[in-house]
Amino acid sequence: MSEMTIHLKIWRQKTNKDAGHFEDYTLPDVNEHMSFLEMLDVLNENLMKEGKDPVEFDHDCREGICGSCNMVINGRAHGPKLKTAACQLHMRTYNDGDTIVIEPPRAAAFPIIKDLVVDRSAFDRIIQAGGYVSVKTGAAPEANLIPVEQDTSNDSFDYATCIGCGACVAACPNSSASLFTGAKLSHLNRLPQGNPERAKRTVAMVQQMEEEGFGDCSNYAECEAVCPVGISISAIAEMRREYVKALF
Amino acid sequence: MPSLIEALMSQVGRKILTGVTGVLLVFFIIFHLLGNLAIFGEPDAMNAYSHFLHQLGPLLWIARIGLLLFFVVHAWIGISIWLNKRKARPQDYKVYSTKGGPSRQGLSSKSMVFTGFVLLIFVVFHVNTFALGDMNTVVVNGVEMHDIKTLVLDTFQSPFYAFGYTFVMLLLGAHLGHGIWSAFTSLTVSSKKVSAAIYTIGVVISVILAIGFLFIPLYIYFGGGCEAALIQCN
Repeated sequence: MSEMTIHLKIWRQKTNKDAGHFEDYTLPDVNEHMSFLEMLDVLNENLMKEGKDPVEFDHDCREGICGSCNMVINGRAHGPKLKTAACQLHMRTYNDGDTIVIEPPRAAAFPIIKDLVVDRSAFDRIIQAGGYVSVKTGAAPEANLIPVEQDTSNDSFDYATCIGCGACVAACPNSSASLFTGAKLSHLNRLPQGNPERAKRTVAMVQQMEEEGFGDCSNYAECEAVCPVGISISAIAEMRREYVKALF
Repeated sequence: MPSLIEALMSQVGRKILTGVTGVLLVFFIIFHLLGNLAIFGEPDAMNAYSHFLHQLGPLLWIARIGLLLFFVVHAWIGISIWLNKRKARPQDYKVYSTKGGPSRQGLSSKSMVFTGFVLLIFVVFHVNTFALGDMNTVVVNGVEMHDIKTLVLDTFQSPFYAFGYTFVMLLLGAHLGHGIWSAFTSLTVSSKKVSAAIYTIGVVISVILAIGFLFIPLYIYFGGGCEAALIQCN
């Protein structure tokens, strides 16, 4: 088991109003088996022992399914690995003496709350605009009551894997939320349960996305590269098709 | 439901407009290159082609106004998307890099606004040089027509024009390298297989167009056109 020295350059910002700045830290005994967040835990323990303010960062499940841990590591959302959330990144990815720059996802629609924590409620409002299926909830219906073709069900599930982490917004040069919105639409619109509200949902979610101040999509496909669950930008093309269909 | 104007001005609508105008402009560029090939034909072929276009009368004006409209809409939306970037991310990253993999971020996609802006300025110069430039008339088979061929051959004797055009055509290739694929993604092509095929075809078309266009000024500059046209060049 080898230990390494890691230099960190972390964005510190006390409040949303604060200008913010980078602070340098050095951890002399980082274990290669630590996850990236465990490395930050060690840093925070050290900071607290010194009576300093720990680095605030979002995390919850630490198993790549909640999407809380989105942070920009050396210029890449969730770090260097494809289809990997920051919590699933391990320190063995790095070498002894490396410097790692950690920044919050930067977008006007994601205001910084503190340090690396941003307010992602803009995503919630996009969902509130139409990312749901209105059904009467009675007793659980029989699962095969409404037949869904296997391919449709698989495709829908692929888009449903979106965990709403916001890495797509963080990595997009234009800060567009098209992949997120597209994934939600592609998930719901192709299912019979989502079909009745299809047009209304598409228009409302696209409109909300724009109102929240996310930028335009320029088809860079960087969002697909940083997505921890690998959602394809096909979702964005589908969103556009759904939008055109909704108008007629 | 949004009105048609609201829909066209939405993020989705703007992107579809960019895609439609982009594809139409690519069709124009393909026809333009095919027309340019007349310089390699019979000595009078280029002038005859130009004369044929001028004889179209109202059709020519419809095409001109259409092209201007496509061009203005395409450029205007492109520039507005670029301006919107800063509003959507007021503070930039200290370190930023692409993750690779399926990302299409690269020299071509990152420079769309730059290459597009150069092309915008270029088109103004280009129209001024060749469509509005001073031309002699020549009589071919008893028909008087503009001598565009001599203007072309004369213009590209200048290294400024010959190499300037070459440079801009490389930028055109770079613009279309990302642009053709991006247009079809904007026009809702969602199949991964089709999308990958379009990317390859788009790059091939871009390379053919760029080389096709830049070959002509260089060919003329290095004396090719003079022998073919039997014109005394410098």
